[in-house]
Amino acid sequence: MSAQSGKRRPYLRPISGWWKRDPYFIRYLAMEATSILIALYALILLFGLLRLSQGEAAYNGWLETLQSPLSVGLHVLLLLVFGYHSYSWFKIMPKTLPAIHWRGAKVPQPVITRIGVAAAVVLNLLVIAGLAGVQP
Amino acid sequence: MSDDNKTIEMEVLRYRPEQDREPFFQTYEVPFEDDWSVLQGLQYIKDDLDSSLSFRWSCRMAICGSCGMMIDGVPKLGCRTFLRNYHSGKLRVEALEHFPIERDLVIVVDDFMEKLARIKPYLIPKQVRKLEQGEYLQTPGQLEQYRQFSTCINCMLCYAACPQYGLNSGFTGPGILALMHRYNADSRDGGRDQRMELGHSDEGVWGCAAVAYCSEVCPKEVDPANAINQNKMGSAIDYFLRFVRPRGATG
Ligand code: SF4
Ligand code: FES
Repeated sequence: MSAQSGKRRPYLRPISGWWKRDPYFIRYLAMEATSILIALYALILLFGLLRLSQGEAAYNGWLETLQSPLSVGLHVLLLLVFGYHSYSWFKIMPKTLPAIHWRGAKVPQPVITRIGVAAAVVLNLLVIAGLAGVQP
Repeated sequence: MSDDNKTIEMEVLRYRPEQDREPFFQTYEVPFEDDWSVLQGLQYIKDDLDSSLSFRWSCRMAICGSCGMMIDGVPKLGCRTFLRNYHSGKLRVEALEHFPIERDLVIVVDDFMEKLARIKPYLIPKQVRKLEQGEYLQTPGQLEQYRQFSTCINCMLCYAACPQYGLNSGFTGPGILALMHRYNADSRDGGRDQRMELGHSDEGVWGCAAVAYCSEVCPKEVDPANAINQNKMGSAIDYFLRFVRPRGATG
């Protein structure tokens, strides 16, 4: 037996490049990366708040910058990123919850995801409608 | 039983520690029938082409959990995956990722076994009953709380799917954390506090980054990602309760 175990030489394969191994991992990393862009957008909004506190001229300057073609392009891109982020967030949501039962049956995870996405869409439409209402 | 003349190229990762410096692929031409599993393909190789090939198997019916392997890069049970589904091209078979290779498709499972013992994977009765008091009763609803997590066959496919475990083998990992939840969620069990010292730590549920690929590859629909991530909530609540609960009180 000891002669046998002397021959043991377990080989551990390197993990580098693990994320290229499966498209699932690439989707996961893309989902994680969207949070960085979302943090970036939060900074842009916070900066707007700062400009607001500095008076009307400063705030209008900030608004004007937002209307540049570059900024509009960025917003379109960010909208797509936000869409994917929200979807992936609700996709993982059922994993964080204990099983939910409805009329004696377990609610399937994709249903929970769909309810979440639907709620997000409705809320966003309400906010947009509300904002449209306050526009001068 | 259609035509018997079908063959498939099986590219198998070989590693013989006494003679190979590192693993390499060896290709075998395997004739097969429609109802052949990948495991049967490997058995054909061993019986008829190359008796030096090593791999683990036992039940060949997806219940013992010994035949986990990477099949075209995806962790699967060899006995539950059919060669006919790969007929268009060749098929690549490797040892499970993230574990050291002992020989060919055989991995070293010591780390898994040691961690499994650490979570005390058995009932620790809340109240010990004497024989004359009869059995520990449980309602169907209480059974439902943990049943899904009790069907784990320790096949370790979820470990091969988990980059967190691959990057840091200190992480307890999906299957075992799901088993920890299985016992914690059992109405007869009172061992949660003993298990959660590990459960609350970075080696426990907080080592999980919610990649959730473990749940995709699990052949028994245990959904380890769900077991782990629903515990993050409980773990966080426990953490904050520590500040408001008088010492020695139980929750
Ligand atoms: S949780 Fe699923 S994949 Fe992981 S060891 Fe158990 S049965 Fe296998
Ligand atoms: S041989 Fe038992 S699970 Fe495949």
